[in-house]
Amino acid sequence: MSTTRTLAIPNGHAFAIADCPVLPIETFRQEVIDGVAAGARLSALFAFPADSGCLRLLAALSRADQGDVAIASAEVRDEYPAITPECPQAHLHEREIFEQWNVRPIGHPWLKPVRGMGARREAAPAVAHDGATEFFQMEGDEVHEVAVGPVHAGIIEPGHFRFQCHGETVYHLEIALGYQHRGVERAMVGGPTPRAIHYMETLAGDSTAGHATAYCRAVEAVSATRVPARGQFLRGVTLELERVANHIGDLGAMAGDVGFLPTMAYCGRIRGDVLNLTAMLCGNRFGRGMIRPGGVAFDLDARVVEELRRRLDLVASDARSAVELMWNTPSVMARFDGVGVVPLDVCRQLGLVGVAARACGAPRDVRDDFPYGIYRFTHIPISTWNTGDVFARAYVRWSEVKRSLAFIREQLDALPGGRVIAPSAGPLAANRAAVTLIEGWRGEICHVALTDGDGRFASYKVVDPSFHNWFGLAMALRNQEISDFPLCNKSFNLSYCGHDL
Amino acid sequence: MFDVLLARWKQGHRTMRYPAGPPPELPERFAGRPTIEASRCTPECGRCVEVCPTGAVGFGSAGHDVRIDTGRCLFCRACEAVCDAGAIVFSRDYRMAASRREDLVVRDAAERAAVELGEESRRLFGRSLRLRQVSAGGCNACEADTNVLGTPAWDLGRFGIQFVASPRHADGLLITGPVPENMRHALQATYDAVGRPKLVIVVGACAISGGPYADHPEVHNGAATLLPVDLFVPGCPPHPLTILHALLELLRKIPESTGP
Ligand code: SF4
Repeated sequence: MSTTRTLAIPNGHAFAIADCPVLPIETFRQEVIDGVAAGARLSALFAFPADSGCLRLLAALSRADQGDVAIASAEVRDEYPAITPECPQAHLHEREIFEQWNVRPIGHPWLKPVRGMGARREAAPAVAHDGATEFFQMEGDEVHEVAVGPVHAGIIEPGHFRFQCHGETVYHLEIALGYQHRGVERAMVGGPTPRAIHYMETLAGDSTAGHATAYCRAVEAVSATRVPARGQFLRGVTLELERVANHIGDLGAMAGDVGFLPTMAYCGRIRGDVLNLTAMLCGNRFGRGMIRPGGVAFDLDARVVEELRRRLDLVASDARSAVELMWNTPSVMARFDGVGVVPLDVCRQLGLVGVAARACGAPRDVRDDFPYGIYRFTHIPISTWNTGDVFARAYVRWSEVKRSLAFIREQLDALPGGRVIAPSAGPLAANRAAVTLIEGWRGEICHVALTDGDGRFASYKVVDPSFHNWFGLAMALRNQEISDFPLCNKSFNLSYCGHDL
Repeated sequence: MFDVLLARWKQGHRTMRYPAGPPPELPERFAGRPTIEASRCTPECGRCVEVCPTGAVGFGSAGHDVRIDTGRCLFCRACEAVCDAGAIVFSRDYRMAASRREDLVVRDAAERAAVELGEESRRLFGRSLRLRQVSAGGCNACEADTNVLGTPAWDLGRFGIQFVASPRHADGLLITGPVPENMRHALQATYDAVGRPKLVIVVGACAISGGPYADHPEVHNGAATLLPVDLFVPGCPPHPLTILHALLELLRKIPESTGP
């Protein structure tokens, strides 16, 4: 990839929008296709209104081998040649662009809406969406279709699943989302308003720290604010506690889905114990109120640090007893092994992220590939497995729990002194942008902030890891028993509202 | 098998004694029901109103009688932080639910109004309440802290309260989220499928008022704009103890002696 065509920037560094060359659409297209072919991931691809009255396309290609993000850009009017036919990673992004802005990627194989009935209201008056209510269908003797949702059996967010089955075997699963669409990106434009941080903390409620950090880093980059070291350490602690709580909860939920109640019951409780540790930091079990532009809003005194250490040890030993029980139970392993397999090449093609990718053997982790904040100083080893099945997704989680617990302890032992938050996060600079990548507990969170001439958000893009990974779940179900769906679903545990925004 | 028994022994018995015994310990920094001392308020200051992300802080007609609508509040404590006079202080009182929307507004020295439920409903549901949970734009935090009530520490089942898979098996709905337009139909259909008489419980700022998403064209500012609501549980998200207390108060299952 030639460097003059794209702008290479490190994770979370600000750049002037004017420094990002506007390419002819064909060149832009080729940059994306070649970049992904060379191993980059399409972390974001989106559109926003340009001054010229056209729409500006912007692609963020994260290049792990170079540790940077390549930004490519082009302007389009009503249509452009689709990237998807030569680069499957683009497929959902291009559907989104079509839905939000009514720009047609010509030649896109499957131009359905991404979030259903409610297109963003600021979009140009939409032509009828292609196939708004159509689902991919299989035909033949004894072929049948199973429809589930949007309201599911448990206490869980809404989404719709369509299975094309022959007997018990699923040939195709189509996932239709959008029920959770609350208009976050639209509402961010013109901001930041006092609500901005709250949108971020509720974007995907179980990833409060992840999205809040991604947002704060974008704001800090564009306003040239430095986070004090102690603030970085405490952010790291908050982020890893979020990972530990969710992973332990997931391990319990997976045990529950195969009917192994001991691990389910213990992990359910231990997850709560970890959330209570987060509440020791800031009063809220999900970490709300903790991460703010410039650092963190709460400091810890020595007494709280000591208490955290003590409780972390309890969590570590309780979790070991609860989870290892599961590995030693053949009936559980028989249900985890070889179920819901995603092969490594499919993982690469789809650009899966996080636990789902690492379980396929793709050593992909923002903390290591594009280190930020505390991870520039303390490294967490990447946890991978190579079978791509439910077992792998469970095992990677457990390995990460252990490593995150060790990491948190290390930070608490080495907490530097000083402030936890910059005295004041300055105003946003005009006409600048930043791309921030964070390893949330589900995987890569990508935020792209662009400011206008007055230093307000001209565009704010959020890509939750679930946006990349829902398709992974669909692929995991191919040729599986339909009764394995709940287990496969839990092993991914993706966010509905994070996808729907 | 031996491992299972060993682990069982090691993990121990963890169900809390509440409500017969004391409630579980709340975090020191927990933000519960706000308290207001309007006499400390400096006239014309109004900084609390400016910083509030959801318009939860306001003044009554007297001009300086600050009030907080806990149905909109995200418990971010921004108002408390800017109030140098100390007129707004968040207490650690987890008891926050109300059966009337207007009772969620906290004023100076006002006592919390009791949660009410008609005698007939209490007779019908008091010993066995089956709820269908519907997340309508909920971010998964209210859902998670509702779900946690099913874990051994909280063990909601011991009160005869259970979450069921089908609205046909339910006595009512527990709704979270601001209700996106995209979920309106599904929520309505689920409500219609529950047999009469039925209860509606809304949990969290979003479900009560839209929360941070209030007045977005994409959402309906919570479930109360579409359905009759019997119980409002404030918070972002409410602590599990707040939700549990609300449910128990609704069914009058809290012994008189159990204080905060
Ligand atoms: S704590 Fe509640 S009332 Fe106060 S500023 Fe935050 S949302 Fe508004």
